[in-house]
Amino acid sequence: MSDFPTDVKYTKEHEWARVEGDLVRVGVTRYAVDQLGDVTLVDLPSVGDSVTADERFGDIESVKTVSELFSPISGEIVEINPLVDEAPETVNEDPYGEGWFMLVRPSDPSQLDGLLDAAGYESFIKSIEG
Amino acid sequence: MTELKKIPLDALHREQNARMVPFAGYEMPVQYSGIKAEHAAVREAAGLFDVSHMGELFIEGPEAAQELDRLITNDLTTLTVGKALYACITREDGGILDDILVYRLEDERYLVICNAGNREKVAAHFREHIRASSFEDASDRYCLFALQGPKALSILSSLGAADLKDLAPFAIQPLTLRGADTLTARTGYTGEDGFEILVENEHAESVWEAIVAGGEGEGLLLAGLGARDTLRLEAALRLYGNDLSEETNPLEAGLGFAVKLNAGDFIGKDALVAIKEAGPARKLVGFEMIGRGIARNGYPILVDGNECGIVTSGSPSPTLNKNIGLCYLPSELAEIGRTIEIAIRNKKIDAKIVETPFYKRAR
Repeated sequence: MSDFPTDVKYTKEHEWARVEGDLVRVGVTRYAVDQLGDVTLVDLPSVGDSVTADERFGDIESVKTVSELFSPISGEIVEINPLVDEAPETVNEDPYGEGWFMLVRPSDPSQLDGLLDAAGYESFIKSIEG
Repeated sequence: MTELKKIPLDALHREQNARMVPFAGYEMPVQYSGIKAEHAAVREAAGLFDVSHMGELFIEGPEAAQELDRLITNDLTTLTVGKALYACITREDGGILDDILVYRLEDERYLVICNAGNREKVAAHFREHIRASSFEDASDRYCLFALQGPKALSILSSLGAADLKDLAPFAIQPLTLRGADTLTARTGYTGEDGFEILVENEHAESVWEAIVAGGEGEGLLLAGLGARDTLRLEAALRLYGNDLSEETNPLEAGLGFAVKLNAGDFIGKDALVAIKEAGPARKLVGFEMIGRGIARNGYPILVDGNECGIVTSGSPSPTLNKNIGLCYLPSELAEIGRTIEIAIRNKKIDAKIVETPFYKRAR
């Protein structure tokens, strides 16, 4: 079970990025949380920290395993979702909505052009699923 | 890389949406509906696990007891027919080759259930040392299911079986389930009441389906290795490959209850006598995280800034809603209540040594 909303762009590391005015909202994909299983802890940077495209910005832990998170965009964090700390299961329940991670003020919005669209990400998933 | 083996009910698990992962040379179900839900089902109702990767070794003959007793740390002479005994198989230096359950099926017939990853090693060890008795590695002929949880008794009894409430903990008996011969034991690896059911492959599917049907309306969930791991960790049951290895001995691993140094001779006894006299240099202890973080196998432990131990098992505890684990520490540091630091990637997070088991069921 995977869904691929068309209003976000995707990385091959299974993060998504959604443009909202001059900000970019970031989270992980349904495919990622389904692979991880029950999310129990998300380790995120703080508001005001900088993130860099393709570089690790945090970790996501499920009962079974831990995975690194890679930023789809460079910029400054303007908001962190408190819900993922208070109720990490939100990430499983609504990865593209309530389970978002951070809101970033991008330093170079054109970086998003290099990401996958929904169709591209879906075929990427099919290719790794074999 | 060698090809992964499939357990007999592989296709059935896939139909039930199992996520299959490689484990000990097999493709095994790690979860079906989700680890947290499966874990909760075992604590509150029941869970059914397929653990057919485990090894089944039969030893039979007039000298079976004597030959087997020489290979295990526990005292086999105390084991009566129809009962099970937990033990380690050790090397001459006391290192653990495997941890096992020995069942005495008949006067001169024993069943050893060993870990899947150690099966070939243990079978070779047994072939080397068991000379007068017959030995059979029957692992490929049998499926092993674990039905665990407070509702396990009522579910299994509902299949029209014998009066299972009289089957004592660690007892085993032949049991006919839906016309199939099984060996059913009141054992498990979850910290709950429950049963382990050994059945020949050809009858495995009908027995599995019967248990599933018996669990309908009782809250029974199919459960995978993921939940098995969190359940056993809450009960502080050791896992070979994590907490136990050839480089660890049963005394430092907290398995002294299964080491009988005053009984007969066994391989590794002299080394363990010496370790006991000197006191083990390190001990396996339980910890819970104070700071925000989940410790995992292999993470270093620091006391006063010095690296002095290693996490062997660690995960969230779904029942206790804490993050817990087991680690080896030098004996002089291994005291309840001590604060330790665990290096979780680039951070040092506080944890504290606590009593184990972390979870104990109400009786």
